[in-house]
Amino acid sequence: MMAPFLKYDVFGSETSLVVAFLIGLGFGFALERAGFGSARKLVSQFYLNDLAVFKVMFTAIITAMLGVTYLSWIGVLNLSLVYLVPTFLLPQVVGGLILGAGFVVGGYCPGTALAATATGRMDAIVYGLGLYAGTFLFAELYPLIKPLHTATPMGQVTIPQYFSLSYGVVVFAVVLMAIGGFAGAGWVEKWMAARKELNVVAGGQ
Amino acid sequence: MLLAAFVFVGRGLGASGAVTAVVTAGLQAVAPDHAQSLEWLSGRLAGGERPLKDWLVFEGMGVFLGALISGLLARRAVIMVEKGPRVSTRGRMAGAFAGGALMSIGAAFALGCTSGQALTGGALLNLGSWAFMLMVFAGAYAVAAFMRWQWR
Repeated sequence: MMAPFLKYDVFGSETSLVVAFLIGLGFGFALERAGFGSARKLVSQFYLNDLAVFKVMFTAIITAMLGVTYLSWIGVLNLSLVYLVPTFLLPQVVGGLILGAGFVVGGYCPGTALAATATGRMDAIVYGLGLYAGTFLFAELYPLIKPLHTATPMGQVTIPQYFSLSYGVVVFAVVLMAIGGFAGAGWVEKWMAARKELNVVAGGQ
Repeated sequence: MLLAAFVFVGRGLGASGAVTAVVTAGLQAVAPDHAQSLEWLSGRLAGGERPLKDWLVFEGMGVFLGALISGLLARRAVIMVEKGPRVSTRGRMAGAFAGGALMSIGAAFALGCTSGQALTGGALLNLGSWAFMLMVFAGAYAVAAFMRWQWR
């Protein structure tokens, strides 16, 4: 059996909605379990005393990346049929900056806000209303935004393709980077904790 | 889970897309002609499509239920407002709303949010996704100092 199953007509688009629900179920469970239903836990990432966001995110990326690479190497998954969002470099850089700011201001990202709403966080509900308002605004102003939004189109392109490197080399580099990042994150957390302790001893804040 | 999504349907996760689907459906219900005239949304209405019959919307419902189950099991599901000790509830709510609006505008620009772009695209080594992810962290750290009042 070849994957992706939907693209090979193993099941139809109606069944795919059921699959979507089940995948969401697992995703939501994992998010909440990781503590990401809490805005304070999430923003701790940006004040450097708890780098769980970074760690969990990279664990997920590495797991999925290695899995996809492995499955495509043994010929079970056809990577060319997995949907790749086309690259628009400039709007994605701008969007990333805006979204990062929104993360710290609002305390959630859309997925975690949903998880937080499910577990009774009132601020997450208000955050959700903000999401709808922002989307509405974007849609209304789209004619004005369009030139920036469609700037620098680069098509569906991966890092190995763009830099003409082999897929395996990039996978290996990302894994190395993540290991380095994890070590660094552990060090930063320890350093912040030590600094806090020092402050408490000195009677400061 | 992400791997499962790739294997089963050939696409990843994405929460911001679900928001867009809901906005489209809402607008279509209130002002169908207007919804049709908005280029950003009208693609979801093309060919008599029902915007809510969307893979991401069903996924979102799953996320909600999955988180609820986990929260109940861990006794973390309580009605409360997440905030730091120095900020009023009203101030925090204003922050939440503004943050949500910023987030969805950013996600619209970048064609995806944390789950769709950073996680999914990151795992597929998508060039734009990695550029986006670096910028998310850059943007967040740049603003963090000015948002201390909300959290610390």
